[in-house]
Amino acid sequence: MSDTVLVRFTVNGQARQGHCEPRKLLVDFLREDLGLTGTHVGCEHGICGACTILIDGEAARSCLMFAVQADGAELGTVEGLMSDGKLHPLQEAFHEHHALQCGFCTPGMLLTALDLLRTNPEPTEAEIREGLAAVLCRCTGYEGIVKAVAAAAGTLRDAAETAPALLRRHPAP
Amino acid sequence: MIDRGTPRALIGAPIRRVEDHRLLTGRGRYVADVVLPGMLQAAFLRSLHAHARILSVHRAAAQLLPGVTAIATWDDLRDHARPIRAASRMTGYHATDFPPLAADKVRYVGEAIAVVAADTRYAAEDAVDRIGVDYEPLEPVGDPRTAMDDRGPLLHEAIGTNVLLTRAFSQGDVDTAFAGPAVVVGDRFWFHRHAAVAIENRACLADYEAGSGLLTLWSSTQVPGMIREALAEILGIPAHCIRVVAPDVGGGFGMKSALYPEEVTLCALSRRLGRPVKWVGDRREDLMTSTQAWDEQVEAELAVNPDGTIRGLRAKVIADVGAYSVHPWTASIEVIQVISFLPGPYRVPHYRGEAWGVATNKAPMGPYRGVGRPVSTFVMEALLDRAARRLGMDPVAMRRANLIRPEQIPYRSPSGIVWDSANFAETLERACQVAGYETLRADQRRDPSARRLTGVGVATYVELTGVGSAIPASPGADIATGTEGATVRVDPAGTVTAAFGLACHGQGHETSLAQVVAQELGVHLADVRVIHGDTGAGPVGSGTYASRSAVIGGGAAILASRAVREKALLIAAHRLEADVRDLELAGGVASVRGAPDRSLSLREIARCAYGGVKRLPKGMEPGLESTRFYDPYVGTASSATHIAMVEVDLDLCSVAVRRYVVVEDCGRLINPMIVEGQAIGGVAQGLGAALLEEIVYDGGGQLLTGSLMDYLVPSAAEMPTVEVTHLEHPSPSTLGGFKGAGEGGTIGAPGAIANAVADALAPLGIEIVELPITPERLFQLLPRA
Repeated sequence: MSDTVLVRFTVNGQARQGHCEPRKLLVDFLREDLGLTGTHVGCEHGICGACTILIDGEAARSCLMFAVQADGAELGTVEGLMSDGKLHPLQEAFHEHHALQCGFCTPGMLLTALDLLRTNPEPTEAEIREGLAAVLCRCTGYEGIVKAVAAAAGTLRDAAETAPALLRRHPAP
Repeated sequence: MIDRGTPRALIGAPIRRVEDHRLLTGRGRYVADVVLPGMLQAAFLRSLHAHARILSVHRAAAQLLPGVTAIATWDDLRDHARPIRAASRMTGYHATDFPPLAADKVRYVGEAIAVVAADTRYAAEDAVDRIGVDYEPLEPVGDPRTAMDDRGPLLHEAIGTNVLLTRAFSQGDVDTAFAGPAVVVGDRFWFHRHAAVAIENRACLADYEAGSGLLTLWSSTQVPGMIREALAEILGIPAHCIRVVAPDVGGGFGMKSALYPEEVTLCALSRRLGRPVKWVGDRREDLMTSTQAWDEQVEAELAVNPDGTIRGLRAKVIADVGAYSVHPWTASIEVIQVISFLPGPYRVPHYRGEAWGVATNKAPMGPYRGVGRPVSTFVMEALLDRAARRLGMDPVAMRRANLIRPEQIPYRSPSGIVWDSANFAETLERACQVAGYETLRADQRRDPSARRLTGVGVATYVELTGVGSAIPASPGADIATGTEGATVRVDPAGTVTAAFGLACHGQGHETSLAQVVAQELGVHLADVRVIHGDTGAGPVGSGTYASRSAVIGGGAAILASRAVREKALLIAAHRLEADVRDLELAGGVASVRGAPDRSLSLREIARCAYGGVKRLPKGMEPGLESTRFYDPYVGTASSATHIAMVEVDLDLCSVAVRRYVVVEDCGRLINPMIVEGQAIGGVAQGLGAALLEEIVYDGGGQLLTGSLMDYLVPSAAEMPTVEVTHLEHPSPSTLGGFKGAGEGGTIGAPGAIANAVADALAPLGIEIVELPITPERLFQLLPRA
């Protein structure tokens, strides 16, 4: 098990690489090898969604992939959401609408919401609830989260030009 | 958001949380994120059997794997640690010996047998797979009713019985109350076994520094103060050489308020190896080994007069407490609350509640949000609805006839708890108003041929929060749950640090307690930083649990802030040559009323305070800080009415909650936004308890719900919008008028939803006696086509 492979990908616009065992989960590679501990591990079987990141622009579970499978991909994590020292409108909306308590599901929730708004910029409340069902939150009862996503949808529609690069789908390198 | 001109308005303002920024940007610091030089990673070998003797453990093959530093069993650690034992003076209680690694016997699936420390978690888990264990399987004990008679297998032979505790409360002559013209309703209810499922699994990191003899434990815990005290005793390390840190904690809900075997094991292992060791549990371990909840069978009967007024109530409660009595709460924590709180906010002249806590081969039972009261509320509210149906009364009228009236407050409950402040009728009437109760009833679909029936359920409850020293949170246990301290310090720069023994896991204390300190002291919110969750940084305290932090921590914050403010004003008066009675401190500036040019900033005052006696009033000690402790002594009542409207699909056997209304009185609000978040989050857990969540063991004691595909917690799609209204009746018994708000949502929701489902199914003659009402259970209840 000690043979390692080289893994190279882009994270939040920066080229990153490292050696790891082929069996190493992507989320463990991000957290342990790259120090990106904003992505959390909640179940390691793809249900809770805390580990959700963007892979080539789409929300995906980083606990259900090996790091090697992401070789060559463009990844987006919670650490990349801010731009120019300012919170992303979705982060702002989460703050404004009390959409987080313990904060553990929050990174996965944010990136899932980002993907939802990319594919459906004007979601109804039912569509938001359905879309966010991919991530479990045990603290909030989801109400603040649903309100925040609805509010952010409005903000992003009103000011599409302020959306950071993460919201646009990157072509694979 | 913050009106800097009127800092008096801070308490009560929906201020956005200061915690949010780091948590929204991926910069939170949970235990799993902490990395120390030379750190090893641990994995546990866990029992495959529910009940077995351990004959031998074979570790040679595992020891040879690359990266493996150490493998330990209880034999390796027994000189460094004692078994966990939850002592209590309560009569009729038996403590259990819970070795952090199994000694000679395992008593539940998942119990830790050995620990591996390796360079990586991957290597540690590889090694766990290579360890062999020879078991001698024993007959498992699954059903507490069978286990009670002790003719079958015993979990703890040394105790000689599986019944770990018995207790009873009674008032009046209940059997006579059931005679005569009484209308009696009753049933055997079963609130099944649940799990807290904090999204962050349990984790800890122990670092014993051999040079200094200092042990630091980072742990995902709610109770660092209690863990520190327990570790000192169990490990034989002086308490002042132990520091317990709870950094950002990803939810707790009561489950993270017990001492766990992994915490003890890692400390002992780090001490033995002289290196830091970290363990991050996975979800399977969480569902197998974290404390489980509720699981009570309640045989209860209610006797009422023909006009609906209650004559008497009697109940026998059997709790399945699992394999061990957890530290510090003991196995009594849940079931005693059920019989304490069963009469609820109602006038019950005659009452008898009897409780048994029975050990079985399941993971230990511990506190979970609501503790006992979700079960007692479910049962009492179900009985009231049945009585109403029997008498042809509306459920709301039934409650109106029985709620404790405002003029009866303070009211002593049959179990001796005093309700200091409440207007139950007001919460009920307001909830009916908000929900549009009459309209809901008028619109109700009651014809079974429609295949989608609707029902309305009401639940009113009262709980004791901010419990002081007069009423132990766990009867007879030698733990200090009634007090908390606060240290408020103004440094020479004029900024304020407020340190607490509390430990936040999502409640937003860094914001709400800062609001209290800033207002009481007279400074801007931004100038106050709250520290919590570190026994090395705050005053002595136990932690955050039992809806206590706003009341007890908030009270301590008020006392310490006022003490600092008084001293600051004395210094200012001295410097300004003014009468202290003419001074006010607001916005971080002390000034003479009516003469704002005669003023001194808190920074200037602080520089005097630390600058030496020459700058201070004669005889004043230098410094500008205060540590004060607060004990609310009895505690205070929080109460609410919940109304749920559900739709039951008879073909899909599913239940959807369409409307949900909460009207609650949790006293003076510090931050209504945070309180509302607590209420709604609590309702979500109550909805899960009512409809989805259940820990299931098979007859052999194997856990059948070891993943989140089997243990179903509500997602956004299952949750309705929750309409919350606050009735702000300040507590007359607590400093600041605060009441606890952390658990209420989970207390009211199971009962309200169960009653709504029973109401929907009433045309079919079906009653709800078991929770959760899963599609499977509903299918079994419905008449076959």
